Amino acid sequence: MHQLIISAAAEGDVNPLVPNGWEMLVVFVGFAILFFIVVKFVVPMFEKTFAERAEAIEGGIAKAEKAQAEASAALEEYKQQLTDARTEANRIREEARAEGAQILADLKEKAAAESARITAQAHAQIESERQAAVVSLRSEVGTLATTLAGRIVGESLDDDARAARVVDRFLADLESQNAGAAK
Amino acid sequence: MIALALPAQNSGDFNPPGINELHLPAILPWGAAEGFSKQMLLVLLSVVFISVFFLLAARKQQLVPGRLQFAGEAAYGFVRNGIAKDIIGGRDFMKYVPLLFSLFFFILVNNIYGAIPVFQLPTFSHVGGAYVLAGLVYVTWIAIGVKKNGLRYFKLATVPSGVPWYILPIVIPIEIISNFAVRPVTHSLRLFATMLAGHLIVMIAGSGIEYLIMQENFLLKGTSVLVLVGAIAMYMLEALIMVLQAYVFTLLTAIYIEGALHADSH
Repeated sequence: MHQLIISAAAEGDVNPLVPNGWEMLVVFVGFAILFFIVVKFVVPMFEKTFAERAEAIEGGIAKAEKAQAEASAALEEYKQQLTDARTEANRIREEARAEGAQILADLKEKAAAESARITAQAHAQIESERQAAVVSLRSEVGTLATTLAGRIVGESLDDDARAARVVDRFLADLESQNAGAAK
Repeated sequence: MIALALPAQNSGDFNPPGINELHLPAILPWGAAEGFSKQMLLVLLSVVFISVFFLLAARKQQLVPGRLQFAGEAAYGFVRNGIAKDIIGGRDFMKYVPLLFSLFFFILVNNIYGAIPVFQLPTFSHVGGAYVLAGLVYVTWIAIGVKKNGLRYFKLATVPSGVPWYILPIVIPIEIISNFAVRPVTHSLRLFATMLAGHLIVMIAGSGIEYLIMQENFLLKGTSVLVLVGAIAMYMLEALIMVLQAYVFTLLTAIYIEGALHADSH
């Protein structure tokens, strides 16, 4: 294989470490153009998108947090309202119960009073009728008895004053008898 | 210069392609030794490819990206966050994103040419382009260092702190050589040499397959399959190295810039 390795300098071989000036120029110009495009357009465009995205995400998070806070506030409020409503309902029920009891008591009282009044009225009426009956009975019985006695005795008992005295005495006796019998 | 080459009269023997084969005749004027070469065309085409792709990807600027925009953003974000932000960091890194971004994709596309049929020539297998880019980076990071720290920068970059005084006479020349003399050379040659070597290997494998298939001996003919398998493996490795070297070049650029920015803390 050693015959493969020969000195190539005589054949005008290229030295790989010696650059071609035109190639260097082309690389320089090409890289400069690329660098210009990157600085001017590519990086600003990507950075803008990144910034916008970061902002959108941060804004979204802030919005979500706000919505969360609002939701929990609303929940709190609803709970509060529910508790209030329950308390209110209890209060109303209690009131109604108390009122009902009051009404019942009033009605009972009223009914009792009414019945007492009716009873008292009835008593008074009975009493007055009894009085009237007694009075009319007394006078009628006196007249009848006088007339009857007069007829039987034949004597005129027309002397009113005397007759009335007799009748009264008789009735008083009768009443005292009754009273004694009642005892 | 020693190179692999063989006189043309031994036509029956294996005649591997050499470095000369990397220098194709010019396109304009056609076939001339000097002129507008394929390399130059590829460089200009890469500028068009990169610009068109990223301008199209960034054009719509939707908050919810489409497929193309997503690809563009991922590529841009790789350089922006994966290289610039991670290495340079802080608040200053945005200033250097355009440079790093341009470098990465310029080198990437020009390297990948070597793996694509028809193009089939990594631009940086010619050393000129690598010199230009490494030179640009060299000027850039020194300018950044001087702008940030004044002329004191050269002292900061060559005199390490915390080293005993009696070692300084040894350390300072080493620092000067490694930072200001060797750095741009390694920076450019690393890219150039990997591309050249990769391209040569694929070329030699290709011509080796051709040579073996032409053999009369059937068994010898059959060995071309082995070379083919090896060539495919080398091709894959080359494709990896093409991407890797673009990354390494950009990463080193970011590291140099970071070193120049924070020279006082090193």
